[in-house]
Amino acid sequence: MKALRHAAVLSMLCLCCGVAMAAKTTATPKAAVTQVEIRNFAFAPNTMTVAAGTRVIWTNRDEEPHVITSAGKQFTSSPALDTSDTYAVTFSKPGTYAYYCSIHPMMVGTIIVK
Amino acid sequence: MRDSDDNTSPGRRQFLQCMAWAGAGTLWLMQGGVLRAQALTGQGAKEAADASFAFVQISDSHIGFHKAPNMDVASTLRASLAMVNAQKVRPDFLLHTGDLTHLSRPDEFDTLAGIMQEARVDKTFYVPGEHDVIGDNGAEFFRRFGEKQQAGGWYSFDHRGVHFVGLINVLNLKAGGLGSLGADQLAWLKKDLAPLSASTPVVVFAHMPLWSLYPEWGWGTDDSAEAMSLLKRFGSVSVLNGHIHQIQQTVEGNITFYTARSTAYPQPAPGVGPAPGPMKDVPPEALHSYLGIREVRHVRGSQALALTDEVMS
Repeated sequence: MKALRHAAVLSMLCLCCGVAMAAKTTATPKAAVTQVEIRNFAFAPNTMTVAAGTRVIWTNRDEEPHVITSAGKQFTSSPALDTSDTYAVTFSKPGTYAYYCSIHPMMVGTIIVK
Repeated sequence: MRDSDDNTSPGRRQFLQCMAWAGAGTLWLMQGGVLRAQALTGQGAKEAADASFAFVQISDSHIGFHKAPNMDVASTLRASLAMVNAQKVRPDFLLHTGDLTHLSRPDEFDTLAGIMQEARVDKTFYVPGEHDVIGDNGAEFFRRFGEKQQAGGWYSFDHRGVHFVGLINVLNLKAGGLGSLGADQLAWLKKDLAPLSASTPVVVFAHMPLWSLYPEWGWGTDDSAEAMSLLKRFGSVSVLNGHIHQIQQTVEGNITFYTARSTAYPQPAPGVGPAPGPMKDVPPEALHSYLGIREVRHVRGSQALALTDEVMS
């Protein structure tokens, strides 16, 4: 009976869209937020693993502008980030998100969403 | 391969050595792919008198930048254009090798366009830097400053026997890569150069260096070797770039590569410090010695181009 109810809940969840799921899962615990610093033409940390639903915030600490760009067009690119500007993306779906700076493409980073 | 810079004696072999910044202008003569440096007096003046025409390169104005070491990049651009206007030989045209603006904003493009009208030249040719194509792949840049010859923005023209080619290497950059020309542009370049005789002097200009100047800082172009293979057969090829805000030179066969100073702020020599970017610690009274313009003179019937770099101080 218990197992059945669990299955029913699961199937109901599957019918919901991704956004609704994210809303559901983030309702109880507060949405996780994690920071990536852009300093000296590099992302720090360069690679990070986060839980689904985590909000990643990039902050540009360089004097040069940078542009956060998804390598596989998996999320929307940032505008030009001037010094101290930030850009945030909430990663609701598990996967590996490679990104780079579109104007300094040797700057690469990865967000792994579990 | 030989590398030189604006502060070394002729023939001194250095490989990507850092250079001193300040100093009087130097006249560069390129003959058969070998650079000779001369002071701006004496022989230099004679060469200037013999020149059939001259043009000036300026670069990296970064309109919109307002931090140390330069809170007023508009006035240093104005000072650069005043130097252009003060040249004894009136240049036939200006080349701006990119990074007109800092953030590709319409107001920055407006400011740049307004200031450029102060230059007493008939024509200015532009190529974009990566700072000019943010958010719209250069649509606004090309609308305002493009030559509109080719869909990709690249172009060529002939001026008094010299063939000039403006290339775009700041678009469609790939993660982990450097500057990029792309297959379409390379195919066009091949066609564009095909009818020229090998004795035609060729000047190629683009924003990012078209040689592996310092890939660790992104100072290079992934497919530049393919472009250079198309230029090998010419007796005299000069490649003019910006991007790195300092003078660096190298010679490969008959191809000589030059990067120009910025009109806005200097960047460190390759590998000096953790990253590129503005040299914030330059004191205001020293800033002008890091900035400047480049004049190029061509003597008709000669394969030599004479390059003169002038600091703003």
